[in-house]
Amino acid sequence: MFDWWEKLSGYFVFDILGLAHKSQMGEALHFFIYDTIKIFILLVAIIFLVSFLRTYFNTEKVRVYLQGKSEFNGNILAALFGIITPFCSCSAIPLFLGFMQARIPIGITFSFLISAPLNNEIAIAMLFGLFGWQITALYIALGLLVAILGGYIIGKMKLEKYILIPVTPMEGELENIKIESSIKQRVNEAWDYTVDIFKKIYLYVIAGVGIGAFIHGFVPADFIAKYAGGDAWYAVPLAVAMGIPMYSNAAGVMPLVEVLTSKGMLMGTALSFMMAVTALSLPEAMILKRILHIRLIGIFFGIVGFGILLVGYLFNFILGGN
Amino acid sequence: MKIEILGTGCAKCKALEEAVKQAVSKIGGFHEVVKVDDIVEIMKYNIVSTPALVIDGVVKSTGKLLSVDEVLKILKTF
Repeated sequence: MFDWWEKLSGYFVFDILGLAHKSQMGEALHFFIYDTIKIFILLVAIIFLVSFLRTYFNTEKVRVYLQGKSEFNGNILAALFGIITPFCSCSAIPLFLGFMQARIPIGITFSFLISAPLNNEIAIAMLFGLFGWQITALYIALGLLVAILGGYIIGKMKLEKYILIPVTPMEGELENIKIESSIKQRVNEAWDYTVDIFKKIYLYVIAGVGIGAFIHGFVPADFIAKYAGGDAWYAVPLAVAMGIPMYSNAAGVMPLVEVLTSKGMLMGTALSFMMAVTALSLPEAMILKRILHIRLIGIFFGIVGFGILLVGYLFNFILGGN
Repeated sequence: MKIEILGTGCAKCKALEEAVKQAVSKIGGFHEVVKVDDIVEIMKYNIVSTPALVIDGVVKSTGKLLSVDEVLKILKTF
């Protein structure tokens, strides 16, 4: 899909700038230019597409669909909605309380709360750009599995007592709040949103790809396997622990992960790391702390973290050491 | 009319309040602009994403940072 760009950027680096083929500097620069532009194109295209589709779904609608659904089915639906619904961690509180008002069990709410940030448009666009559609599909499928089962288990644990704000369940069925928009409005809105996100993350992408390009050109291919224990048992938990504080930097971190996988980091470890980056976010935990007991947040992180660990180990086991 | 901005204090909520104030100053006339911060109050409007814009008790937008022009358009329909 990007062969033309590979050739064009190669022509620029090796023929116009005159850097030698196979030289470390030339390879690093070629990689940097090629990767940055490729990711930028994909980011803009995917974020635009996702945010356009999202203008048709708001969280209010999701609540109407989820109301009265049985457990498990509800968990599956909630996790699926998490893919297409716009979600910002600053909305976590009204979302949580609003779902409770509609008598949606907390397990189903958690399925949504796990899935929504995990399947955010930036992560999906970056994964697609860096690893291709197969890894992206795996990431989404396994992320859904963690969200469905994680939410289901939390639901079974009867943790309602850890919710700190009393919620009065509303009577009867919800009505859909109708907000009309034309196609043109939706396109404009999606485009504005895309530009907005792009402005926020492009520096991270450049920095991430830049450091990645350096590693790509100057660090030997077996570096991680040799010095950091690519298939050691602690690689996956270490990756998850490192991923937690990095939420806001997903766009910058992912190019690094891609390069590290080419230097011997196992794919399962990489997947675990990226899931930890998106699904376990400290800012979201801080926000939820205002309405949830710390113990419930701990259980939430524990279950999701454990699920992500399993995904990592499973993958490393299935795919083996490349 | 009575214009309410619902939000718990996130960056987008403050930005929406700013946009609403600008839109109101453009449209002229006397209007009441209220920022609702209390989550228990916010939940009474039956929404699940913030910031939200409410005019005379009717929810007009949720989970979105509207531009000044968009707010103007909504205000003009009243």
